Amino acid sequence: MTAAAPTPLPPLLASNPRLDRWVGFREPGRVRVFTGRVEIGQGVLTAMRQIAAEELDVSHERIELQSGDTDLTPNEGYTAGSQSIQFGGVALRLACAEVRALFLDHAAAAFGYSRTDLSMDDGAIRHRGAPTGQNYWSLAAGVDLSRHATGRQPAKSPGDYRVVGHSAPRVDLAAKVFGEPAFVHDMVLDGMLHARVVRQPRRGATIRTIDEAALRRAAKGPIEIIRNGNFLAVVGADETVVEAVAAVAPSHVAWDGIDAINPFQEEARWLLQQPSIDRVVGPPPPSAPAPAANRYEATYTRMHIAHASVAPSCGVAVYRDGRLEVWTHSQGVYPLREALARTLKLDPAMISVRHAQGPGCYGHNGADDAAADAAVIAMQTPGEPVRVRWRREEEFGFEPVSPAMVVTARAALDDAGRPVDWTTEIWSGRHSSRPGGGGNLLAAEALPDPPPAPPATESSSPPGAGTRNGEPLYGFPAKRVVHHLIAETPVRTSSLRGLGATLNVFAIESSIDELAQRAGADPVAYRLSVLSDARARAVVEHAARISFWQPGLPSGTGRGRGIGFARYKNIAAYAAVVVEVEVEEAVRLTRVWCAADAGLVVNPDGAINQLEGGIIQAASWALKEGVRLDNAGISSRDWEGYPVLRFTEVPEVAVELIAAADLPSLGVGEATGGPTVAAIGNAVAHALGARLRDLPLTRERVMAALLKS
Amino acid sequence: MQTVTLSVNRREVSVTADGDTPLLDILRNHLGLMGTKFGCGLEQCGCCMVLVDGRPEKSCGKALSTVAGREILTIEGLGTPERPHPLQQAFLDEQAGQCGYCLAGILISAKALLDHSPSPSRDEIAAALDDNICRCGSHNRILRAVARAAERMRETGISR
Repeated sequence: MTAAAPTPLPPLLASNPRLDRWVGFREPGRVRVFTGRVEIGQGVLTAMRQIAAEELDVSHERIELQSGDTDLTPNEGYTAGSQSIQFGGVALRLACAEVRALFLDHAAAAFGYSRTDLSMDDGAIRHRGAPTGQNYWSLAAGVDLSRHATGRQPAKSPGDYRVVGHSAPRVDLAAKVFGEPAFVHDMVLDGMLHARVVRQPRRGATIRTIDEAALRRAAKGPIEIIRNGNFLAVVGADETVVEAVAAVAPSHVAWDGIDAINPFQEEARWLLQQPSIDRVVGPPPPSAPAPAANRYEATYTRMHIAHASVAPSCGVAVYRDGRLEVWTHSQGVYPLREALARTLKLDPAMISVRHAQGPGCYGHNGADDAAADAAVIAMQTPGEPVRVRWRREEEFGFEPVSPAMVVTARAALDDAGRPVDWTTEIWSGRHSSRPGGGGNLLAAEALPDPPPAPPATESSSPPGAGTRNGEPLYGFPAKRVVHHLIAETPVRTSSLRGLGATLNVFAIESSIDELAQRAGADPVAYRLSVLSDARARAVVEHAARISFWQPGLPSGTGRGRGIGFARYKNIAAYAAVVVEVEVEEAVRLTRVWCAADAGLVVNPDGAINQLEGGIIQAASWALKEGVRLDNAGISSRDWEGYPVLRFTEVPEVAVELIAAADLPSLGVGEATGGPTVAAIGNAVAHALGARLRDLPLTRERVMAALLKS
Repeated sequence: MQTVTLSVNRREVSVTADGDTPLLDILRNHLGLMGTKFGCGLEQCGCCMVLVDGRPEKSCGKALSTVAGREILTIEGLGTPERPHPLQQAFLDEQAGQCGYCLAGILISAKALLDHSPSPSRDEIAAALDDNICRCGSHNRILRAVARAAERMRETGISR
């Protein structure tokens, strides 16, 4: 047998090469597997466990998964961007494959077996199928896993999979169904204090006066008031007491330096007048404009969107013997540790950040900030653990929101009505201000000597941030993306599921439907006529088939159908979504169908759950969601001010995966957002016979469109 | 401060606390029952749903003084991994959840529905859960799970 040529190490294995950072066999019969990825409601722990069970040839019950802990797990940055399986899973898979091979090599050398006669069965080594009495645990002392991965052992081929590719139940679901403590919110440490922060009403605001007597009068039990610069918190042993003080605190603290904002900025078109950092990607524009009959241009907008996680953020911290320990539902324990070190002027080696589950997060919500709040307070109460649970209005009012956006789609058409030159022009605030990645922690900004804000950067496509999916996948001869990054926005903005892709796909796919209509073509047929990527064509055709798509149905009848398609980031999963709506005064979703191609799918039921969840969430964005502003900032601070889709508004959804197990895994978590919003827009246009270009498609906007038409 | 006696998950307990303390805080911080969740404190999201004398109520807005002598059922009283309530089993069977933060409240709302309506339609289940927010988009799985539990309860006659 010739040795396989070494596989180049996947990036996350190259940066975390020690095999014992991924796998360990400390306790007999048990396997410890370490992943830097964290559970944020997307089911990643289940999928990682499947990958490890498959490559190590152990039953998944033996596996104890340790995730997101700066003392224990590999540094995989953020669990974000639908990259856990596509990148993190690949690294874990190769590490496990190599560990398994090392044990078999060791057994062959130690006992004189021929290596090719050995196999692994639930952690036990077999020789020509017969038990050898040896296993991972009996040999663990003789196999040094502190060595670096070489990539010399290829992972199994998909044809040999017994665990990967088969649906597995979520490992974390039972605890939640039986009401066991499962979330960081449920943590109780000995002597734990509860705290609430009295937030700066606006960034940069300074405390003028605090009516401490009034705060103490509102307290029905002992409290401490902690102040550090403009960071102000109420702390006590009784959460009910602390909460009651926090509820009235804003009326007893006076602030200076509150810069009022213009509520008009809740709609996106104000972005068009702002100074921006501009970038053009693609060929220069044509020297002469196309004749008017061959030109298309339309502009689409979206308001700011909130993550609106179902629970407000929570963090727990304790500072003891010079060490800070933090529990958080952040997406990135290592970047948070760096940001905390910078904020608190501590050596990162003296900080441990451990992930504990929170509500589904869908991007950069208040999780990091709540952890920082707890850490800042814990530094002032050494030895006493501190739990900070944000208030609902705090989460809505102070979490970073997804920026408002404007997108203009512009095309020059040939005589058949197909684009020969395409431009997507994007105006957007920042889609990334994660601590460590372009932004600071909220608490840091309130401290007397805040660290400088890291520089604002946005990656170019792919994956892109504001420009994500700005380039259509369609085979137009010339395509360019013009990006206007508006650095100064009235409210803090950062990443939310899909980033810029949501509005970019809405704009592109709405435009494609209008071009199809101009060309007298059916939307599905028109897409296929400009789409050469075989996998893209397959999802569009599949979605049309399972939805019984019928060309030529009349528009303007109050019932409509629409399709939307994208390959997320142009490098992750493909998804096509068909939506059926009824529109009277408001839009009612009746049915949704989706076809997706995600390559090798580790846990099919988990992937479908994600795709389906993405559809429902995107439907909520499309029909209901927009952050409201007043002079003081975000004014939509409860679920009445910021309504989301409820059970009675949810359509039945059918999702089908296109089998592609021999192809690399492609991230699915964000794949359906853009296509769903686009399909809803197209369905509503079909139902009304008039197009709405400004999201959300609320009752008021539908009524206005009906009056105009 | 007052001492209030109430029944929680079929056991009588006495709690001494300020009468205005929300029942949610009593459950979580005084009785250590962490299954019931805080979501908004505004009675808008249903994360804190419990049964009070068999009726679904948001415990964040229910003062301790108003539940003296009442029977409270929380998610911990619904079933256990060893003896799951048909609803809990159905949620596992349907893999009905993503982050799972909303599930305790939803299971309680569903229990209230099935206690008086053994064969609800999809629309009736949705209406019964409309006070509960799920942000991950697991609605369809949840609706199927409740229908499945109802079916099993009809078949077996079990309706704990």
